[in-house]
Amino acid sequence: MYEEEYQQIKDILHRLQVDSNSKIVFLVDKNGQQIAVEGDMRGVDATSLASLTAGNVAATDGLAKLIGEKEFSILFHEGERDNIHISLVAQRVILVVIFDEKSSLGLVRLRVKKASQELERTFEQLLRKAEADRGSMANRFDSPFAEITDEDIDSLFSE
Amino acid sequence: MTFINYAAREINCKIVYYGPGLCGKTTNLQWIYDKTNPQAKGKLISLATETDRTLFFDFLPLDLGTVRGFKTRFHLYTVPGQVFYDASRKLILKGVDGVVFVADSQEARMEANIESLQNLEKNLREQGYELKTVPYVLQFNKRDLPTALPADQMYGQLNFKGEPTFEAVAMNGTGVFDTLKAVAKLVLTELKKK
Repeated sequence: MYEEEYQQIKDILHRLQVDSNSKIVFLVDKNGQQIAVEGDMRGVDATSLASLTAGNVAATDGLAKLIGEKEFSILFHEGERDNIHISLVAQRVILVVIFDEKSSLGLVRLRVKKASQELERTFEQLLRKAEADRGSMANRFDSPFAEITDEDIDSLFSE
Repeated sequence: MTFINYAAREINCKIVYYGPGLCGKTTNLQWIYDKTNPQAKGKLISLATETDRTLFFDFLPLDLGTVRGFKTRFHLYTVPGQVFYDASRKLILKGVDGVVFVADSQEARMEANIESLQNLEKNLREQGYELKTVPYVLQFNKRDLPTALPADQMYGQLNFKGEPTFEAVAMNGTGVFDTLKAVAKLVLTELKKK
């Protein structure tokens, strides 16, 4: 992930959160790794949210395949106070919007659609950049783990 | 797939505990959860049936500290061991960085161990991994039971590629952290190669 695109993603999420009048907007990859978040996360366990969302999407994906669908691109969970709207962006990342009665499903869907298109463009740009870098940077840009030692690893478990 | 976030200086690795039903995968996680200090761990999420059998997965995020300035976080998952949950097991293996196979030492469960190991190999292959190359650790659990088979015999039947193998009693924590440490080490060593 590059700084520039990361900032772009944050901006898109922020706009989505304001425009859709929602509480939290959250981006996760399909393996359950959190990518970015906007909104008030106090009292919400972000890691668990990411992992369960990915599990949820994976299970729904499995269901889709069973009945011969490619995917279900939108999931919606309605609660008494809060609701969760989950959608797939560019078939690779998961966009989660949490909202209450200050917003509505219609508004969220509309804004999510717009934001998804923007996110798709950003991810394409990101991919192209990564692709281009793979050749030229491979030798110059050493992974910080190239020189990791056994002592480094042992020290993680020292307590 | 290890997720390295250079902006936030974080590495996230996914470790999956695999094995036959009732072999003690969840018990391993429960012990790790109980014995880790509160700042280093997240919530232990257990998606289980009313009789406490794992239905989809258990999940425990663990912060181990920093390596070369990068915050190292391990996401530990277990699969549901029961044979008929195979579709769920496949999903959980997606994006895995390291696997722990928990074998049940009881003689009567040996067949189940072998079946589960073959299932692991097959499911990994479907996700594009090979058990031969993926960071992998073996654990013989329930060593305290009188019906436990000799470790040598189990090693002969279950060890796949000379992977690190540990004897454990997950109920009282014996061998649990040794197993985790070994797999974490393999995963981080793998990063070195990339």
